[in-house]
Amino acid sequence: MESVLTRAGLWFAALVLALLAVAGAVDTPFAIQMGIVAVAACLGLWFTLRQPDYDAIARGILRAPADQGRYDDDVIRWGVIATVFWGMAGFLVGVLIAAQLAWPLLNMGEFGNFGRLRPLHTSAVIFAFGGNALIATSFYVVQRTCRARLAFPGLARFVFWGYQLFIVLAATGYLLGITQGKEYAEPEWYVDIWLTVVWVSYLAVFVGTLARRSEPHIYVANWFYLSFILTVAMLHLVNNVSLPVSWLGSRSFSAYAGVQGALIQWWYGHNAVGFFLTAGFLGMMYYFVPKQAERPVYSYRLSIIHFWALIFLYIWAGPHHLHYTALPDWAQTLGMVFSVMLWMPSWGGMINGLMTLNGAWDKIRTDPIIRLMVAALAFYGMSTFEGPLMSVKSVNALSHYTNWTIGHVHSGALGWNGMITFSALYYLTPRLWNRERLYSLRMVNWHFWTATIGIVFYAASMWVAGLTQGLMWREYGADGYLVYSFADAVAAIHPMYALRVVGGLLYLSGAVIMTINIWRTILGHSREETPLGQPAFDPAKDRPLLPATLIAH
Amino acid sequence: MTQTETYDLLRQIADSWGLLAMTGVFLVLILWPFRPGARGHYEEAATSIFEEGQDDV
Repeated sequence: MESVLTRAGLWFAALVLALLAVAGAVDTPFAIQMGIVAVAACLGLWFTLRQPDYDAIARGILRAPADQGRYDDDVIRWGVIATVFWGMAGFLVGVLIAAQLAWPLLNMGEFGNFGRLRPLHTSAVIFAFGGNALIATSFYVVQRTCRARLAFPGLARFVFWGYQLFIVLAATGYLLGITQGKEYAEPEWYVDIWLTVVWVSYLAVFVGTLARRSEPHIYVANWFYLSFILTVAMLHLVNNVSLPVSWLGSRSFSAYAGVQGALIQWWYGHNAVGFFLTAGFLGMMYYFVPKQAERPVYSYRLSIIHFWALIFLYIWAGPHHLHYTALPDWAQTLGMVFSVMLWMPSWGGMINGLMTLNGAWDKIRTDPIIRLMVAALAFYGMSTFEGPLMSVKSVNALSHYTNWTIGHVHSGALGWNGMITFSALYYLTPRLWNRERLYSLRMVNWHFWTATIGIVFYAASMWVAGLTQGLMWREYGADGYLVYSFADAVAAIHPMYALRVVGGLLYLSGAVIMTINIWRTILGHSREETPLGQPAFDPAKDRPLLPATLIAH
Repeated sequence: MTQTETYDLLRQIADSWGLLAMTGVFLVLILWPFRPGARGHYEEAATSIFEEGQDDV
């Protein structure tokens, strides 16, 4: 009873503070954001006072099986649904902003223009879709590989809901025009503080579970997850050091100025790619690929080399975002050299993942989930080859500021991050909901092909657009003047922008197919269908070969 | 110590002993799995995810 009173008191205090912040806010967007915090505090207060068994309610709504006592999977089920939901939202906004670039008419007033929707798209797909996938899968993998139940169950639930609040605050903030102008780190100071609290709790749950393990060795997937959690904490804290203009306002000034600020931002930005989008998702890869293929990873020792080489090299690669700027020349060269060196561990990891299928290559034909995984690894290999190439100064002189960069990012994000996440979701859903199988494997196959063809449209059109831009911008005439104006290059790539929308629509439709499939799996339906990889029997062709002697005559 | 002196000092540590120490640590870490007699240990680790009872909900 006393603990209920304390908890209700804390929620009430949070509610009062949020309401006071609304009343005293120096700018309207801050008041709206604090209003959202007040609503969240109200919900927390209501749940504490009514004391419903909300795990049981959620289980009822989500049709989840009862807790078997071995592993704590409720948060993971919520995470699977949140991943699908935010993925759909993020892909949809992506298609919309792609269309806005092609047809500017689609920019809708103050709140719906490209400038505000673009960070909404990047944060939704990276932090909401990717982040929820990472939290859910890390909780799943750490429990299974450690054979231990999740530590601090209350804190784990706080991590999930706290992270959703972070997403809502960040997303509504962008629409309201709140940003500190740092790519992938747009949220302002108060949201940064909130994320820090959530992230430290995440670290505590993860490390707590590792500490409770009943398995002597910590499986390599957990190394990748742990490095992702620790490094993201470090990057987030350093990059967001700032001083608010007012404690009741949404503006702040960064502690860093000029080129130092730019370098810290891209140290952050590149390692967000390296540790959030690479190390974390490699944690997924090293667990789900061997499990789905039913074979151990090709070389466990190679996975350790992969891990340490990524850790030691990635952190230096950030300066390649600042070639030919005020950054000292040696720093640019350092960033380039480390980026080129990164190619080796990346391909080591790709080979390790692909060769896990050694002796079971037929599964690519028969199992569409394996097909998604193989495509993800292939895109991991392609984008980690393209990245070092683009970090070379002379290549960067052509590619920087063009759509080639956008194409590169999306072959990594849609191909590697997207497809490895989809395969993990398809692996997890039937197991978490105790279903015999997915609703439909053939729909996974459809998802695979729509997504793959979508990426081909996307990457190919952006390569052409990027090279066109780069070459037009640097074209000098005999008179020594630039041949093209900026607007000429914009007009030249318009068809490519339209093709990108087609690619995005295909990728989005694949995600719609996945949403239906996962939804029906959760409901416990299973589609009547012919299994994949079973060739139809053709009696006309089923006859013995003619003996060689007969053919010769 | 002026800012330039601090910079010079840190820069000298970074491109001499600092670099050497990090390279050394890196080499030890990646060569460690190849120590004699370690093969079995890593094979066991690789197959540990398949032991029974893991897929229980």
